[in-house]
Amino acid sequence: MGEVASVDVTAFPAFPFIGSDDDPFIPVRDYDLKHLDESTGRIRLPFGGWAWLITKHEDVRQLLRHPGFSSDQYRPGFPVLNPIPPTREGASGLFIFMDGDAHSRFRRMLTAEFMIKNIRRIEPLIEETVNEALGRMREIGPPADLMNEFALPVPSMTICHLLGVPYSDHDFFQHHSRAIMDRNSGPAEVGAAMEALNGLLGDLITHKRTHPGEDLLSRLVTERVIPGELKEEELLSMAMLLLVAGHETTANMIGMSALALLEHPEHLDALREDPGLAPNLVEELLRYCTVVRTGLPRLALEDAVIGGREIKAGESVVAMLSMANRDESVFHDPEFFDPRRNEAHRHMAFGFGLHQCIGQPLARAELRIALVQLAKQFPGLRSETTLADVPKRHEAVTFGLGELPVTW
Amino acid sequence: MHITVDRDLCCGSGNCVETVPDVFDQDSRDGMVLLRISQPPEHLREAVERAAQLCPVGAIEISHRNSTD
Ligand code: HEM
Ligand code: SF4
Repeated sequence: MGEVASVDVTAFPAFPFIGSDDDPFIPVRDYDLKHLDESTGRIRLPFGGWAWLITKHEDVRQLLRHPGFSSDQYRPGFPVLNPIPPTREGASGLFIFMDGDAHSRFRRMLTAEFMIKNIRRIEPLIEETVNEALGRMREIGPPADLMNEFALPVPSMTICHLLGVPYSDHDFFQHHSRAIMDRNSGPAEVGAAMEALNGLLGDLITHKRTHPGEDLLSRLVTERVIPGELKEEELLSMAMLLLVAGHETTANMIGMSALALLEHPEHLDALREDPGLAPNLVEELLRYCTVVRTGLPRLALEDAVIGGREIKAGESVVAMLSMANRDESVFHDPEFFDPRRNEAHRHMAFGFGLHQCIGQPLARAELRIALVQLAKQFPGLRSETTLADVPKRHEAVTFGLGELPVTW
Repeated sequence: MHITVDRDLCCGSGNCVETVPDVFDQDSRDGMVLLRISQPPEHLREAVERAAQLCPVGAIEISHRNSTD
């Protein structure tokens, strides 16, 4: 007989793991790794039950490509990692949590929008946004909080440009999207901010019916909503998904990247001399920081074998991106930050399989432009904080810094 | 080297276009993969193999049969 049906979860390490307080670049502490060994790779979930933690690069690839696993948080038994609203109300376009045809119906309406050749078109707007934020940071400081002045505003302004939010509403958008990810916001404040953004985007969608522009919302209104292929509420919920999925992730990547470069000033100098280093540097930063630290939860709908391990229908798994990105069978000396490593692009910071981040060309462009301009415009940039002191957002959905004090 | 792509599998990630823009493109209408050339020159082999490995859904197939036979 194999495994017995009842499992004592109290011996399994509690998940999500809390990363190291000494060093934001250590995603999983030795303490948790040791426990994981003892539990043969099983973790205790925050809202009850347990899951297999999939940590090897090849196994994560296999899992995220496997058609037998669901992303639908509303299925009974799904390994939910963050509290979710009790109903699907307002979630009609959140295709990140959908499977099969429902998922591809929405995703296919957006793929062309995020194609590299279309992102190239908004690169000048990203550059303008980056320069404005850096200009403001220079006025305020030194010193200044790089998270607040730079890392947070750049992605939310970029999403404004993408969606077609008019300049006059940028401050409103910025204010409320920041409240959503502020660690001091309680559930009521987050709810109010979501409501405010829903109102703004809802009005904008109505306006674009009669005044379409050159932007994502206008195109979807004209090509999908008016012909009756897409409901207005579905578009609204999709727009909120783009905001939520594209803001905190990118902001935390900009902050962590800046810290990594301040820790390794020789790479900041090299980037200033040769912006052509940016693309590979960005891939290595994505690998090394892996801000989606909780990994990606999935529910098995059928029996499957992943990495030689039998997973039964109804069991839960979590694809641990941060550990796959430090798998030494793929990444030579994985704890070492090496912007010149030529296997950097094999990281899975954007996931893998059908749900792989649709915003990755945009995220890459933002990171590239933000870091090159930061290096160029602030040649004397430094930080007096230490890896141990810098505030860390361990409890957030995507990992990042609470603050990054810099001077120049 | 002969390449085929499965547009039904493709999820429009654009990794292949990022990796070998000379060989892969995305359809302006739906963002799904398009081949610019199906028999790329031999010096692109390594890059094409890399694109196939990075494709999140395994939509890129390389057949190693000699394209002249
Ligand atoms: C560095 C920044 C980013 C990181 C690390 C990141 C990471 C990820 C990951 C790991 C997934 C996969 C989720 C899953 O499989 O369950 C994902 C999906 C997604 N991301 Fe990103 N993302 C980033 C930036 C963006 C941006 C800028 C946008 C758009 C404005 C965006 C929009 C999305 C959407 C819509 C999905 C769902 C795709 C689907 O389910 O088919 N992301 N992202
Ligand atoms: S890498 Fe694969 S999924 Fe992405 S666009 Fe190319 S063929 Fe499609």
